[in-house]
Amino acid sequence: MKTPSPIIITTAFIISCFSTVINSAEITVDQQDKQFMQGGQLVEKISINVGDKVHFKNQDPWFHNVFSLSDISTFDLGSYEKGKSKAVTFDKAGIAEVECAIHPSMFIEIEVK
Amino acid sequence: MFSLPKSHTKFSCVSFILSYLLLSMLTLSAHAGMAPEPGDAKIFLRPGAIPQPSHNLNTPERVQLGKMLFFDPRLSGSNWISCGTCHNPALGWSDGLKTAIGHNMKVLERSTPTIINTAYQRLQFWDGRERKLEKQALGPIVSPGEMAQDLDELVKELKAVPGYVTLFNEAYPEDGVSKVAIGKALSSFQRTIVSQDSDFDLWLKGQKSNMSESAKRGFKTFKGKARCVLCHNGFNFADDGFHNIGLPGNHDEGRYAIKPIKVLKGAFKTPTLRNVALTAPYMHNGEFSTLEEVIEHYNSGGTKNLGNLDPNMQPLKLSKKEKSDLLEFLLSLTSEPMKISIPQLPVNH
Repeated sequence: MKTPSPIIITTAFIISCFSTVINSAEITVDQQDKQFMQGGQLVEKISINVGDKVHFKNQDPWFHNVFSLSDISTFDLGSYEKGKSKAVTFDKAGIAEVECAIHPSMFIEIEVK
Repeated sequence: MFSLPKSHTKFSCVSFILSYLLLSMLTLSAHAGMAPEPGDAKIFLRPGAIPQPSHNLNTPERVQLGKMLFFDPRLSGSNWISCGTCHNPALGWSDGLKTAIGHNMKVLERSTPTIINTAYQRLQFWDGRERKLEKQALGPIVSPGEMAQDLDELVKELKAVPGYVTLFNEAYPEDGVSKVAIGKALSSFQRTIVSQDSDFDLWLKGQKSNMSESAKRGFKTFKGKARCVLCHNGFNFADDGFHNIGLPGNHDEGRYAIKPIKVLKGAFKTPTLRNVALTAPYMHNGEFSTLEEVIEHYNSGGTKNLGNLDPNMQPLKLSKKEKSDLLEFLLSLTSEPMKISIPQLPVNH
């Protein structure tokens, strides 16, 4: 069998990457009343796909933090005030436990498929 | 003789009555003073029953056993320190010391927090390292610096006291004298240690209260210009959160040792303000002796320590009157002390 040329391999790779970017979704999770919420409802777990980006928006009058020390994703977004949003792209499959360090009752599990 | 027309007389009477009513209302309103804002009662009044876990619901037997254990110095390795040594009901369930004194008179790094309203806390200890009160209760007993007791040895000692064996079997027939039951009994007792209605609560309820006008203004400042409510919120005046409040004398990493997240460097749990006038000195390191000093600290905006400062901290520029009002408000959170009797402990034979 004939081996594909490097040009074809590179093109396929670029198309594959481009398709991932196109297919990746942007999800917003609010930080409200010291809880993670979506559409005004408490949300303790969401499911997303590899490559999806999650925006964490602070809707409370006090500062919040967002961090995760999970195996698939370790990050610390620092603390930020009302109206501000920070985002994380999840590029590995698995479970990420995300919390607010300042208010430890805030917890959300993100299942990355 | 001059006389008013009948219709004019009627009009004058009505005017007089209306004026009288208006004046009365104004006088009454001035007497009542500033009223709470809508929503205050919902946020700051006690939310129903004291929270209890389903696996350890309070019963009189459990609370009584917990009370005995709480005041029993045999719980410590030295048989000399009880939980009540540091959490003294006569001292706001704290010890009045800058920082606690533990086993062998060792001066510890952190102050003794009051245990008032621990039932309402989501996390226990200054650094929140324990979630459940049942587990927290065993922490100081085994801590080498505090009560320095071995739990297996303690169970052995308690099993040798017939009175305790009976009490444990009555309170926790499934567990008997055990480490688990010790934690459960102590936490059952701790859940009964709650603040009562203060002048502030009575004012929110619209009942007769000694809440001064200065205290009412202080509450407004507390929620507004002084920004205290950003952390000291809800019935317990605590957000179950962790903040580095910029204490100049702090060298303790606090919550960061439990969760290594930058924002937690030097951060400690927000304490309750219920009965705060009874629990001096203040802060996790007992840095301030008086509430006036505490207010001055927050007014300054704090000092970055360990490379961190909670972003909610900022200079407040409070006037002398605003500071004095804030103090009056904090004093209004003092409730009548719980009536507590020290139990006779089971004897060693």
